[in-house]
Amino acid sequence: MRIGLFIPCYVDALYPEVGVATYKLLKYYGLDVTYPLKQTCCGQPMANAGFEQKAEPLAVKFEEMFREFDYVVAPSASCAAFVKVFYPRILEGKHECLTSGKIMDVVEFLHDVLKVMTVPGTFPHVVSVHNSCHGVRELGLSSPSERNIPPFNKIIDLLRLVPGITVKEPERKDECCGFGGMFSVEETDVSVRMGTDKLNRHIATGAEYITGPDSSCLMHMQGIAKRQKMPIKFIHVVQILAAGL
Amino acid sequence: MSTLHSKAAHEFLKDVDKTTWHDATFWSVRTKRDIMAQGLPEWESLREHASDIKKHTITHLADYLEMFSDHLERNGVIVHWAKDAQEFNEIVFGILETHKVEKMVKSKSMLTEECGMNAYLMERGIDVVETDLGERIIQLLGQKPSHIVMPAIHLKREEVGRMFEEKGISKEIGNYDPTYLTRCARQHLRNQFMEAGAGLTGANFGVAKTGDVVVCTNEGNADMSTSMPKLHIVAMGIEKLVPDYESLAVFQRLLCRCGTGQPTTTYTSHFRKARPGAEMHVVLVDNGRSDILGNPDHWQTLKCMRCGACMNTCPVYRRSGGYSYTYFIPGPIGVNLGMLRNPVQYSDNVSACSLCLSCDNVCPSKVDPGSQIYVWRQQLDSLGKADPMKKFMSKGMTTLFDNPTLYNTALKFAPLANDVPECMTHFSRLNPWSIGHDKPHFAGESFHEMWKKGEVK
Repeated sequence: MRIGLFIPCYVDALYPEVGVATYKLLKYYGLDVTYPLKQTCCGQPMANAGFEQKAEPLAVKFEEMFREFDYVVAPSASCAAFVKVFYPRILEGKHECLTSGKIMDVVEFLHDVLKVMTVPGTFPHVVSVHNSCHGVRELGLSSPSERNIPPFNKIIDLLRLVPGITVKEPERKDECCGFGGMFSVEETDVSVRMGTDKLNRHIATGAEYITGPDSSCLMHMQGIAKRQKMPIKFIHVVQILAAGL
Repeated sequence: MSTLHSKAAHEFLKDVDKTTWHDATFWSVRTKRDIMAQGLPEWESLREHASDIKKHTITHLADYLEMFSDHLERNGVIVHWAKDAQEFNEIVFGILETHKVEKMVKSKSMLTEECGMNAYLMERGIDVVETDLGERIIQLLGQKPSHIVMPAIHLKREEVGRMFEEKGISKEIGNYDPTYLTRCARQHLRNQFMEAGAGLTGANFGVAKTGDVVVCTNEGNADMSTSMPKLHIVAMGIEKLVPDYESLAVFQRLLCRCGTGQPTTTYTSHFRKARPGAEMHVVLVDNGRSDILGNPDHWQTLKCMRCGACMNTCPVYRRSGGYSYTYFIPGPIGVNLGMLRNPVQYSDNVSACSLCLSCDNVCPSKVDPGSQIYVWRQQLDSLGKADPMKKFMSKGMTTLFDNPTLYNTALKFAPLANDVPECMTHFSRLNPWSIGHDKPHFAGESFHEMWKKGEVK
């Protein structure tokens, strides 16, 4: 099984340790992992801002870069969801879209494809799980709270494999934190209020860390928490699973 | 980078406690809705069914409209067709004028709001009295609804009580007890029902195969409006049709569970004909609905049954309030309906969405209002309504990301930004991120660099 590793732009620049943890974890499970060097961004920021056509050249390159792999794995639910849900629409009539069927968030991949039963990490801490919107409602990492379907949560399933961990969920477990890409700079006041509310609910669980599959949501909340001097730390799910590697 | 919505939201959010209250109030409605949804094992198939029925009905609309109007006419109901708001207002005024009506009571109707009917009639000397309590309160205050199902929810009881005192509706000064105030309103409205020459209702559904006009209320005010005066006028959008009783049952189970979290409304009234000695008119209104039906990207919007669930779940609506939107219907469905009404005039609401897609998942007829907003965003540039800064940034990003060499050079220099003191980044016009966030920290070495150097093992 050949895995193409996709490390989205902002993870590359701001959270390379998340990329490293993803790589180490996939190698730990004995996989053939390659990182194509010419990768940059999936194009979601422009598309969500209303300039989907500006994502097209990136989508075309993405397709070429990851053509040969069996799976494309990314430590970012939102970016994976963008490729999966929107690339077919962007490339329609112009280019065959193969990556849409191959891309997976790392949580989804570990849970559904590898079906891991043990993880290398131990993490003797209390964490509050951030169920990010696109992970929940586009990728199906957990059952959306709006729906009447049997409840499940792939993030929590994986975290429960980690010795020593205590897993919590905030009240309103999948309400948006207010990041939303350019939403956070266009609707700043609403965005910051949403983030503040979300942070308070995470903190109310008694957690030491907020953890989630999207560093973008974590970055947004981290910026607010730092500004407001809130007592909480942030860690990507994959860093917990790979702790100690 | 701002819109009329974001500016109005900025003002709304200054009152931290009121925002907390507003958010909690609507979240409690969402929670009640969730309990109802969890209580029906067939919930998801009901939604699918509702979506299919609406899709079927609106794609066979001409046939069903004919069937519906035939049944009404056979029962002696007078049917009118209005192509737009102007025609609708003229028809209603014409009916009232013929009957020499001076006062008309009405139950809740967002269609009359859409057409600006109250103002039109009042300019022509007709006293129009809202009888839904929330609608009556905001009418007396000279306000507009801030929510389609709970129009006065933004007001606190003290504000209502003080206004009732000023208008002479409440005699006990300083008594803001909700039960007391409701009794005052009831007494005040009883007199209005007695004096009115006509009663107007909206319509939640029209049943094509039987000619029923179905009106759902919690206060019984539609029944009072139609059982006292001898003239009943129904204002109904042409998309309100369902084929038969079996399909009506699907919507009946969904509407109130989604809207207010009740199993059903207190009153569900079916009107088929005028009572003896009275007259009944039904005005079927298009006002842009045929255009929506012909819109390949947005026709789904016609499946909406106006339950308001998308507003209650919307994290942006809950934290910015109904008045922050420039269209008279706020929240996710309002953003869409505004764009369909006039995309240039109402484009300022398209920013009011973080694309969390909660609304897509609560919507009982699968309109997907959030996904629809994404599509509208793609159309803003061609309408000349794209934000110049966002456009500039998007272009810049494409240049950067489409060129791996440039991207990698930028990555190398990015950590320099870490050395800029936090206080120097706080120019909110240039850097809106800094209003509420400290800046993120660039890693000393990107993943890309580490990989190239063989450091990722």
